[in-house]
Formats: sequence, structure tokens, C-alpha cells
Amino acid sequence: MNMMIKAYKRKFDVANGRIDLSHGAGGRAMGQLIEGIFHKAFDNDWLRAGNDQSAFSVPGGRMVMTTDGYVVSPPFFPGGNIGTLAVHGTINDIAMAGAVPLYLSASFIIEEGFPLVDLERIADSMGSASREAGVPIITGDTKVVERGKADGVFISTAGIGMVPDGLDLRSDAARPGDAVIISGSIGDHGVAVMSKRENLEFDTDIVSDSAALHGLVADMVAAGGAHIRLMRDPTRGGIAATLNEIASQSRVGFRIDEEAIPMKPEVAAACEFLGLDPLNVANEGKLVAVVAPEGADAVLAAIHTHPLGAEAALIGHVVADDNYFVQMLTSFGGGRIVDWLSGEQLPRIC
Amino acid sequence: MKYIDEYRDGSLAKDVARQITALADPARSYHFMEFCGGHTHAISRYGLEDLLPANVRMIHGPGCPVCVLPIGRIDAAIALAMRPEITLCTYGDLMRVPGSNGSSLLKAKAAGADIRMVYSTLDALQIGEAEPDREVVFFAIGFETTTPTTALALKAAIARGLGNFSIFCNHVLTPAAIQNILESPDVRKLGTIKIDGFIGPAHVSTVIGTEPYEFFAEEFRKPVVVAGFEPLDVIQAILMLVRQVSDGRHEVENQYIRAVTALGNEKAQAEVANFFELRESFEWRGLGEVPYGALRLRPQYAAYDAEKRFSMVTPAAKDNPACECGAILRGVKKPADCKLFGTVCTPDTPMGSCMVSSEGACAAHWAYGRFREKVRQVDARRAVA
Repeated sequence: MNMMIKAYKRKFDVANGRIDLSHGAGGRAMGQLIEGIFHKAFDNDWLRAGNDQSAFSVPGGRMVMTTDGYVVSPPFFPGGNIGTLAVHGTINDIAMAGAVPLYLSASFIIEEGFPLVDLERIADSMGSASREAGVPIITGDTKVVERGKADGVFISTAGIGMVPDGLDLRSDAARPGDAVIISGSIGDHGVAVMSKRENLEFDTDIVSDSAALHGLVADMVAAGGAHIRLMRDPTRGGIAATLNEIASQSRVGFRIDEEAIPMKPEVAAACEFLGLDPLNVANEGKLVAVVAPEGADAVLAAIHTHPLGAEAALIGHVVADDNYFVQMLTSFGGGRIVDWLSGEQLPRIC
Repeated sequence: MKYIDEYRDGSLAKDVARQITALADPARSYHFMEFCGGHTHAISRYGLEDLLPANVRMIHGPGCPVCVLPIGRIDAAIALAMRPEITLCTYGDLMRVPGSNGSSLLKAKAAGADIRMVYSTLDALQIGEAEPDREVVFFAIGFETTTPTTALALKAAIARGLGNFSIFCNHVLTPAAIQNILESPDVRKLGTIKIDGFIGPAHVSTVIGTEPYEFFAEEFRKPVVVAGFEPLDVIQAILMLVRQVSDGRHEVENQYIRAVTALGNEKAQAEVANFFELRESFEWRGLGEVPYGALRLRPQYAAYDAEKRFSMVTPAAKDNPACECGAILRGVKKPADCKLFGTVCTPDTPMGSCMVSSEGACAAHWAYGRFREKVRQVDARRAVA
């Protein structure tokens, strides 16, 4: 009898174990996984209650909610991993409304065979990222799919937050004359990930800029909230996609100055080598703010005093343009359009 | 960036532009074709045309290996990739190139074909070694610049006795295409082509040297300046062309002396010659059949030639008849002259060769140039108001 109990209680061996289908089957193995990795890593009162949902209190006012899926390959890269990205990305989506993020959820789709030690590393760093940000992960879900039906691990996060009274940032709010501010150097995340991509590996000191921006946003709102028209985090598609999105939603154009856009020399060099346009390369810890001209100096000064905004710069202005073009004065003195990327950005042949 | 920033000095470019303006005869116009998509990209990316006087215009040539790959070759690759035993390795920018009836390698992959995106020939070789039960075919494409790497992969495959690796060869040749632009039967149909000189691709000439253009400059009495891909390289090449035209010369000049010699890389040429021979004729998308415009594997390497090994057939497939790529690639028309441009034909839905790769003439005009006219119109309206 004792032998049977021993065999039934499988040891949860993180160091050597791998995800198998039983970890997603709703039985004891799944319980071990959730307790042994996720609850340990995210530890908080809501999770300890052990429900399939969490009840929580919110202050009165306008609420924001967002959800996002993370499928980055490879899952580990210089400066972060898929888990930190999932926490930062969702916090930032909330913060771009000027809101204070309150709670997150995390859903995992894990491929059979994924090493437990890697999952633990991802979960631990998610737990640290959410604690540092002060935004707890209060509910979650785990699914396991057969080998070959996923790429290691996919994470989906949702988040909610509250918008401060009197603040109403809208994507159609940009007006001619407004200033365009970027909070720091562009392209760091995309280049860091590409440097570790299979078959494309190259040595670089660049690390991902992945970071939670809600603290920076709070400082900006305090310094010039009434003057901030809108904010956006330029993730996939880079600042080119972000500016084009704003242009079409606000029915305006942009004129930006290439020389004013902060960029690390290593990022410029990697993009040059790969034939990529850094304006299309992803960022995970930067924001673009469109600010009324009378508030631009105050907002820029507030960004500069925050650790995540030391390299912030005013990169151009909103202009009236029926075509919604994003135009750029090149470093060479010519002009060009900055367009959406067509398809995926890929290194060129020659 | 060392060795990059030096070639992007805007003030120096303005000096060169002033020299071009001073030297160009205001009573005539100058039309120069940059053959290579890399030059087209640099011209558009840095807004170089804004620096040139109005009578000096650039014509964007056919120099993009992705753009000039005909539909039939894409169809043949898709048909091969759909075979269960085949793993087709391809460069990423080939994935979206349209074949017949809206097909593409990307869509074939989604339909279950084993198509893998690689960054080099050696990646494909490694897949062949790692998966001996698969038939690994490398979709080889590119001008003289990339042919030596295909030759080296073949050499390595033979040395390692790799029996499951083969090459679908689509390597094309630059001088033959330039010649075709000036003297094919289509040209006579299209009328006079205004080209006063060519900017030759530096990367190609690092391999083949400048010498292959000598015959061509002499025969057609058109100057050729082999130039690098940085904006200062390009604008200096334009100055050199204007100077040749003013002097009545038609010579091959080398702007890219930092890497190009008259004879090129003879070792690379020897490797290419070992494995490849000329095709009598090869279809270029937008240009039609180009005599001696491409390479194939020599008969003794038939076992590594995917076309022979798998009895591949290149189906006859036609471009959209309204597509003006042929005229655009020859400089007879501009991208915006084509009625498909910006309507049904955009980089997201490319119909013709010039729109396929980001370095194609129409794609470059779409991405960087199409706003110029509109901006001018808006500025003019504002000035009137």
C-alpha cells in the first residue's frame, strides 16, 4: 500500500523535469505545477485563496482593460524573457491611457517537453517584474499542448487600471503644432532579440529595453497632464507603425527629424548590417507622446528626470496633412516618407 | 559608426550636389539608371533626389533578384515544396513573392509545405546534415554577389558526401541584363529610352570587377560608374556621370575604389566557374527572356541540381497584362505612370516585379517617393492661400 502511495505521488523535479501532457490535464500534476512554480513565483493573497478568479476592490472612476499575447522567439534574450515582456507589455498598454495599472492575469500555453527549469525562470522573473511594478498577477491559467503544437511557451496577459480624474487621452487627439516626444533610444529590444535568433546570432552589447513605464507616465501626467494629447508604446512595427497609426486615427501628418531620434550606435550598426530600418524595429520600454506645444517643455523635463527617460527627445511635430503622411527630414538633408512596414521585416538578400 | 558615418555627411553631399548643378548643362536633361535595388533604396531612403537639380533624374533599374524572378519559377518552387519528402530552404524575402493565382511560398507553408526560412546557404546545408531523411533543396537566388556562396555550399556538400542536398538555381547576371535593357526587341516597341549612363553595383563588382562593363560602355557608348551603396557614394557617382557626359566620354569608372578592382575576386570567380555555366536564355520578370542572363549547374553536378533531380517543370505564367514593369525597368515609364500602381498593386499586394521586393523601383517609390508630389501640391496650395 505504501509503495502505491509513493508511486502515485510523483516528485515535482524542477531541475530535471519537463512539461508533459499531465501538467495540463487538471489533475495532481497540474496542481503541483501551479503550486510549485506559478504560485511560488507570483505569491500574493489573491492567488493563495486558490480560486479560479479573484475578487478585488477598485477606486471609483474610469477603468481601462487590456489583453495581449506573447509568442516571442527565442523566449530568453539579453535584458529579459517572454515573461518579463508579458508583464511590462501589459502594464505599458494600461499606462499609455495615462492610467494606474492595478492587477494582471497570466495564461500559459506550454508545449509538451518544455523544461520545468526554464518555466520556473520565466515565472520567477515575471513575479519579480510584477512586484517591482507594484502590479500583482492575481489570476491565471495553464494549458499544455502536444509537442509540435506550440513554440515552447506562449503567455497571454490581461490587465486593468484606473484613469486619474480629468485625464482623457484619445488616439484621435493629435493636432497640428503638437510636439512629438520619444522617451529614449529606439530599436534596442528588436535588435537584442534578433541577436539571439537561430541562424542570425551576432555579438552585441545591446540588451532589451523592456521596462514598465507607468512610473514615468505618472511623472509626465503630474507635470503636464492637461497638455498630453495621447501616448503610445512603439512595440512591433517600431515608431514608424506608431506614428502612422496616430496619423490616420487623428487625421494629421507628422514631420520628424531623423537626427533628433535617439539611437544607440550598436543598434544603428546592427540595422545597417541586416538591412533593416530602425524605425520599424520593436521597442518594449519606450513611449511616444504627442503633447500640446505649450506643455512640451514641462513634459519633456519630467521625462528627463525619470531614470527611464534620460535620453528622451523632441523628434518632430504634428502637421496638417490630408494624406496622413509621416515625413522625415533625413540626416542627409533630403525628405522621405516613413511608411508602414509591409509584411514582416526581414534581412535582405544582398 | 566607423566607415559608415563618413559616407553620410549631409554637408559634403550638398557640396557635391552644388558641383553637379554647376556642371550640368541647363539646356539639356540627364537620365541615369542605377541598376541595383541597393542604390534605389539609398536614393529613396536619404531623399537624394531632393538634392539634385531638376534636369538630373534617376531611373530605377531592374537590379533586384527577388523582383526579376518570374512567376513560373515561384510556381515551380511551390510545386516542389508541396512534395512530402521535400524541405525547401529559402531567404525570407522570397516568401511573399506572388506566384500564379495569388499563391506564394508563405501560403504554401501555411498549407503544409515544409518551407524553412534561412539566412545563408550554410544554414540550408546544416539542415541537410541534421535531417538525413529529408530532401533539402536550397532556393538559390541573387546576382554575382551571392553566387559564390552557393558554389561554396555545393563544394561543402560534395566534400561531406551529403546526398540529400540540392540547389534550385536562379542566379542571374548583371551585364546581360543591362545589355537587354538597351537592345531587346521590347525596347524597339517601347521607343526611345532616355538613359545617359549607368551606376553599376559595387557588390557585384567586388566579385566580377569593373572589366565586364568595358565592352558594354564601348558598344553602347554609355558611361558606367561602379558605385557603393552609401548616399555619398551614389551622389559622387552621379557627379562622375555628369562629368563624363559633359566631356563626351563613355568610360567605365570606379567610384568604389575601397573594395572594387578591375579584375574583381578571381578566386570567387573560379569557384563559380567550377560549378556553374551560362543558360542560353532565362526569363526575367518584367524584362522577358534575357539571353545568357542566368546560370545553371554544370551537367556533372546534376545530382545536386534540384531541377534535374526532381524533374522540375517551370510552367509558363504571365504577369498581369496591365502591369507596366517592363517599361518601368527600362526607364520608359515611371512607377506612377502604371495604372496598377497604388491601386491594386501595393507592397502588400504586389502584382508586378517592381513592387515585389522592398528594393524594387515601384516599392521604393511607394515607400519613400509617393508623398513627394502630394507634398508639393499641398505646399503649393498653402503658398497660394
